[in-house]
Amino acid sequence: MGYQDIKYAVSDAVCLLAQDTTPASFAKYCPRYIDGILVTVELLLLSSFIGFFIGALVAVGRVSGGPSVRSLAWAWSYVFRGTPLLVQLWIVYFGLGSLGEEQLGVLWPFFKSGWAVGLAVLTINTSAYIAEILRGGLATLPPGQYEAAVSCGMSRGQAMRRILLPQAIRVAWPAYGNELILLMKGSALVSTITVMDLMGQTRSVFARGYAMETYAYSAVLYLLLALFLTLLLKMVERRLRVGGYP
Amino acid sequence: MKKTVMTLALLAATPAMAEPLRIATEGAYPPFNEVNAAGELVGFDVDIANALCAKMEAECVIVAQDWDGIIPGLTAGKYDAIIASMSITEERLQTVDFTDPYYSNFLVVVAKDGSGVTSENVKEYSVGAQRSTIAAVWAEEQMGTRGDLRLYDTTTASFADLEAGRIDAFVADYFPAVEWLKDNAGFSIAGDRIDIDDKIGIAIRQNEGELKDALNAALNGIIADGTYGEISTQYFGVDIY
Repeated sequence: MGYQDIKYAVSDAVCLLAQDTTPASFAKYCPRYIDGILVTVELLLLSSFIGFFIGALVAVGRVSGGPSVRSLAWAWSYVFRGTPLLVQLWIVYFGLGSLGEEQLGVLWPFFKSGWAVGLAVLTINTSAYIAEILRGGLATLPPGQYEAAVSCGMSRGQAMRRILLPQAIRVAWPAYGNELILLMKGSALVSTITVMDLMGQTRSVFARGYAMETYAYSAVLYLLLALFLTLLLKMVERRLRVGGYP
Repeated sequence: MKKTVMTLALLAATPAMAEPLRIATEGAYPPFNEVNAAGELVGFDVDIANALCAKMEAECVIVAQDWDGIIPGLTAGKYDAIIASMSITEERLQTVDFTDPYYSNFLVVVAKDGSGVTSENVKEYSVGAQRSTIAAVWAEEQMGTRGDLRLYDTTTASFADLEAGRIDAFVADYFPAVEWLKDNAGFSIAGDRIDIDDKIGIAIRQNEGELKDALNAALNGIIADGTYGEISTQYFGVDIY
């Protein structure tokens, strides 16, 4: 049983359980909505996880790299925060992708898949925002912290990893939570490059009967996902907190 | 005070000037409707719409609207009719009403030469279709909701992906496919035309009998006086009614 089959089994099971408690117009298309939500969650988890590491690297580059690293890191944030996510998706999928298999060669399997392009663009986009959020967090730390760490014999990398970044993350966490919710909403745009995420599935269901409640169901599902993310983020925030306001 | 007088004058004048009939089309479905280099809406649907308006002696405004939102826009009253090669389906009839059909459509599977795709085995391949179309419904029925079916916002985007090699085949309406194949060597129609009894009509809001009768009368008029045949021959070389 492959990964895809497991996902389908999960959504069939969820729909079987929800069958009697949900409106008939939802139950009829339930597996589609849940299939879609699973794709959205999958994209969200992967892009926020990978994006966090890229973002941390970019943030460190912004504050402690040499001049060329600094400008590169600045350009990364500037370009990917300064252009609409939809434009980024279309440039990569329809623009670069139209070069075709012959010109893209070994990169073709990546460009061929809407899912892979969607994941990559969401990751890069969120990494640019995370970099700015973490840079803001790093800026709140007094310079004495870094000096103290170095005078204890830590290297620059160790000081960053052990002393500065953990504190920056603690300060930046609420802002990061906000970015995660924005990323969730932005992920709906991948439906325009043929990915069957929650939005993609919703639009297909809508096409079957033009029932306005279709989008309402989808909105409720996005809200539930946002609620779940908020609770998760709060849990982490509580763990990170030391003193201060509740 | 002056303003009030002017408003009253405007109100009084309104019944005299008939409201123009607003017609929506998609503008991304050549040769039926598309936007030309000058930014104007052109195509078979647009010419038919203008011919109908001339017959009804009505003033018409033709607007472009994305396919996804074209029926909601009609029901919300943004325009009064859709002339955009729309298939008359049971699902759409629950929301809107249609005039008599103004042509018939067939579906075809377009694929690269020698790809092995036919209209019978599409579920073994990755297949594209335009979202919210009868072609997408047909493909879904063939492939199930979990097959490798890619849905696109416009026909042009899906043809681009077929050309790039992202999909093996594309389920399209017959006439646009023929038009596209003229400029794209190396692709062809795989298998036979698929007859799904697809009639194309003009969508209007429900309970608008007067408009429906007027459009049907005008349609019969342009067929009888040869205008329809002229427009059709200009685009397809034959009368497609």
